[in-house]
Amino acid sequence: MWTSLSCLTKPSRPVSLQPEIIPPGSREPLAASEIAQAVKDGRLSALAVTEATLARIAKRDGVLNSFTDVTADRARTRARAIDAAIAAGKNPGALAGVPLAVKNLFDVQGLPTRAGSRINRDAAPAARDAALIERLEAAGAVLVGALNMGEYAYDFTGENIHDGPSRNPHDPSRMTGGSSGGSGSAVGGALVPLALGSDTNGSIRVPSSFCGVFGLKPTYGRLSRARTFPFVFSLDHLGPLARNVGDLALAYDAMQGADADDAACTARPAEPVFASLTQATGDLRIAVAGGYFQKNVFPEAVEAVARVAKALGATRTVEIPEAARARAAAYVITTCEGASLHLERLRRRPNDFDPAVRDRLIAGAMIPAPMVDRAQKFRRWYRQQVLELFKSVDVILAPATPCVAPKLGQATFVLDGVELPVRAHIGIHTQPISFIGLPVVAVPVALDPLPIGVQIIVPPWRENVALRVAYALERMGTAFAPQPMGI
Amino acid sequence: MAADPLDEYIDAVSRALALPVEDAWRPAVRANLEVSMRLARLVDEFVLPDEAEPASVFAA
Repeated sequence: MWTSLSCLTKPSRPVSLQPEIIPPGSREPLAASEIAQAVKDGRLSALAVTEATLARIAKRDGVLNSFTDVTADRARTRARAIDAAIAAGKNPGALAGVPLAVKNLFDVQGLPTRAGSRINRDAAPAARDAALIERLEAAGAVLVGALNMGEYAYDFTGENIHDGPSRNPHDPSRMTGGSSGGSGSAVGGALVPLALGSDTNGSIRVPSSFCGVFGLKPTYGRLSRARTFPFVFSLDHLGPLARNVGDLALAYDAMQGADADDAACTARPAEPVFASLTQATGDLRIAVAGGYFQKNVFPEAVEAVARVAKALGATRTVEIPEAARARAAAYVITTCEGASLHLERLRRRPNDFDPAVRDRLIAGAMIPAPMVDRAQKFRRWYRQQVLELFKSVDVILAPATPCVAPKLGQATFVLDGVELPVRAHIGIHTQPISFIGLPVVAVPVALDPLPIGVQIIVPPWRENVALRVAYALERMGTAFAPQPMGI
Repeated sequence: MAADPLDEYIDAVSRALALPVEDAWRPAVRANLEVSMRLARLVDEFVLPDEAEPASVFAA
């Protein structure tokens, strides 16, 4: 299917932590860091940024279908408050005036938290924002809306039977990936510079790959999940998507910190990363994941990993032991915990689910309990093996997805003459990594005509290293978010 | 002809859990269960010591 793999042009301007403001009239979107600096300097008002964002959403989201709720009044009120704070000489925060959108499983005060479902929109409106929204807004961000997602996050496609599919900004006839499909589409389509998603088995990294943006899935327990709708408690992570690494780091730094409202949230002190992005990467031992991660992949995934490895001078290959079994164990835990979460809804309102999600969850309820216990025991064993591997390597590279974005509705693809189910295969390279909570930055490689992501995988709590490597790749022009082409 | 054991299992568990499985959904539920059980067996056949602790250890 993909025979031509030429690179798109590199970014039209150098990537910098202190970038210049894009001249008026330019079609290139402002980065979060640029917006914040301009708002703080008084060159832009937060309200002007908000109005431009709302206009962009109104103009382009008819195609992308990335938003399910646009919180225009709230955003204007918030932007005016930021402008007033600046006028009063107060520090508006590192994300002053930066438009933010969140996957619709985050509580947004006044909205029912639909989590991609029909059922949840009957719930009472949320009384309070999710913890991460509060933290980003405390740093000056402006929430402009909630984003489309796969039902109850049990999805790798970005398709949604109730709200319609979110669409790929580089070809609207293709999937965004999921389940944070709207997050990938809104950032990839340059509607907003920053979005939040969730990642249980790959739901930040897959849409980052298909939509050509940077995504950070931090260490399990690093960021608070308080006041978000869960899927699999023992695997759920939250994280940001952005168009450059500096923006990911700014958002990540603003969101770190303990939270008693999430039982899994770490008590470790915040470890800010933004200031260390420019550190050299030459001292890092970087290897490519072999074996399992080089099987069932299309040429574009092989090409993307090869480009990243070459740019980083990585010539070594390492084997992550028992990765196929790790993916299997993640699958089992996911389907069982998901079924447990939704058991009562499956009894009372089975016909209000997406049938594909319902049938997976019902099957999940039927897995014998010893199988789940064994999967959790295997998980601890596997974690120990991978941590042992990390004694000899600092960074592991692997595909984020086995292919570029498939067509919407596409059920199968053919690889090496074998027809394989699309849905089941999209996450094969992400599941063995999130299974043990490793931090990952997904970096976009802008192949022609569609981008694809590469995972930068590091040991627990070393987000700084993954972001440093991603930043180096961005500076070299190997990884960048291509301009949206399909809208 | 003897009933298929997996279909009997689906019937029994759906009754035990009071989970509805309409005839129209049964093939998809069964197909999903077959995939899940195949993957669960892949984990099951991996030998771990009796002392292996699950990842989800409770801390009081």
